[in-house]
Amino acid sequence: MSAIELLEGPLWQISLGIFVVFGLWRLFVILTTGRTPVQARPVGSVGLGAARAIVGHFVPRRAFFGQGRVWFVTIAGYAFHLGLFALLFFAAPHVAFLRDHILGFDWPVLPRWGFIVAAQFAFAGLLALWVRRFVDPVVRLITRPDDHIATGLTFLVMLSGCTALGEQSAVLRGIHLGTVEAWLIYFPFSSLMHTFTWPLSRGFTGALAGRRGTRM
Amino acid sequence: MTADTKPFDQQGDTPDTVRVANAMEGFLSEFGPRAASYMNACVRCGLCAEACHFHLATGAAKYTPIHKIKPFEAAYNQMQGPFSWIKRAVGIAPTVSIEDLQDWEELIFDSCTLCGRCTLACPMGIDIAELVKEARHGMYRAGLLPDRLAQIVGHARTNHSPFGTPEDFVKALRAIETEFAITLPLDKPKADLLLTLAPGDLEEHRNSVVGLARILDSLNIDWTLSSLAFEATNFGYLSGDTELQGSLTCRLIDKAREIGATTILLPECGHAWGALRWEAARWYGTPINDIRILHTLELLAERIQTGDIRLHPVGESATFHDPCQQVRRGGLGWAPRVILDALGMELRELENTQETSFCCGGGGGVLANTRAAPLRAQAFDIKRKEVEATGATHFVTSCGQCRLQFDRSRQATNWDKEVESLLELVAANLRID
Repeated sequence: MSAIELLEGPLWQISLGIFVVFGLWRLFVILTTGRTPVQARPVGSVGLGAARAIVGHFVPRRAFFGQGRVWFVTIAGYAFHLGLFALLFFAAPHVAFLRDHILGFDWPVLPRWGFIVAAQFAFAGLLALWVRRFVDPVVRLITRPDDHIATGLTFLVMLSGCTALGEQSAVLRGIHLGTVEAWLIYFPFSSLMHTFTWPLSRGFTGALAGRRGTRM
Repeated sequence: MTADTKPFDQQGDTPDTVRVANAMEGFLSEFGPRAASYMNACVRCGLCAEACHFHLATGAAKYTPIHKIKPFEAAYNQMQGPFSWIKRAVGIAPTVSIEDLQDWEELIFDSCTLCGRCTLACPMGIDIAELVKEARHGMYRAGLLPDRLAQIVGHARTNHSPFGTPEDFVKALRAIETEFAITLPLDKPKADLLLTLAPGDLEEHRNSVVGLARILDSLNIDWTLSSLAFEATNFGYLSGDTELQGSLTCRLIDKAREIGATTILLPECGHAWGALRWEAARWYGTPINDIRILHTLELLAERIQTGDIRLHPVGESATFHDPCQQVRRGGLGWAPRVILDALGMELRELENTQETSFCCGGGGGVLANTRAAPLRAQAFDIKRKEVEATGATHFVTSCGQCRLQFDRSRQATNWDKEVESLLELVAANLRID
């Protein structure tokens, strides 16, 4: 079995398996931890409060409009996440890979210029946020090793993906696949899991606020 | 871990290893899915710092809210996180030392007022105030809390209340009756409403007691105070002493049921509202559907809306400080605005108002913590500037603790703006035909 066959076959399946099994395990443990206390009589809707917080925290509150750091993180965060989303689900090789290996169907893909624009947004956002981890005293203090590893792995996945875009080199394609598999294996154990935990966190806070008739 | 913090206080002579073990147990004693979701969502963006009055007032990175719970987070990842068993097995689980706990005491008790403003800035909506509150459970069990706070908890445990014994309470009531020529009903065997008070009401804010009594009488409410259940404040809630929090809560609920009261009325206090209205069921263990836990603000606003309370218009401008536990975390933001409108006052809102209001700087037990006074004064400066910017004639609030914080800080900074009680304004302008 060649290296590329190994990467496309058993290693892909193993890394995907670890991603799914341990990711689901982490969500299961979060939702079954400890106990939920008896709650006070509500004055507002718990469900509406949760929904409002899940949606509302997508944009900064008006009270923080005047703060530059808030805008920096918000703009860089959106540039990175939207760029990565476009690359992940609309880059032609990804759509073909998902069709052939997982879903069995495809959808319209980004033109080459669209890929380049999305990649530029994603890189600019990721690098801006990463550099901030070194230069901002607050973020430097609270950053964990995991935050650097997760960012670094994501950067490598994106970089190797760009180099493999032409699909002319099996080696470059293999390197990209290898970094993706490392990323998938690391994902459920890391802060990358915020991809799935953010609605829980916002939802719990929103539910509490809804019960109390306030907004948080 | 390094926190670059001030010296710590510790109670008792428990060995360090036992303190750490107790802290670890206490950190996770009330842990549930909500806190677990928070611990698994933070991406360390640091935006919580942009909301915290202690960080904004000092510029110190250590006051970043999420940083304040670092030992608590370590305990979670060591003992209860989704992969803690793997981390322990391979020897990479984070550990917490006695030095860590001592270093973080200031961050958990002095520099967090449990105001929850950081949640508004957090992209993940993490309720860090709740996590700090749970972190205090561990610190209390470790015997690592500010001495002044520990002393007050001791009074609450042994004397019935931080104010004093039931006898002290009766003596204080009699003094108010004599001074203000008023009768305060005490220990009636049956009443519809049980009135509770905060220590500040019996000392600095006695006009509030008199005003509230006159309002209740004008509404023909059958009410009483109880010498065995008068304390509205809950220093178990503030210190992390969960056993005390439970017993203080149950005492009020049980007394109300004993006298057939359908309402427990809370005074102008912030955390009393959070502790009783929103957490009583948690500590009582069953839903409390037979007793309405009512805040003075609610009573006044509701009775104004029904026309039972009518007021002489004051007709001047006012700005209002929204107490965090009543408004952002308590849902009462509507009530003071109804009351101020009924007083005919032109409300000039602070730049940050209602849910986004800055804390006074003294909530969450920080006011009682004497060693935190310099930090409190720095945080107060944010509010002072906002109040001055409104140019309003009156500066009003509805929390006794906020008033005390403002009074002490304005004396320390020679600020001439007096803070007024909304309840006292209502009482002074009550129309009785």
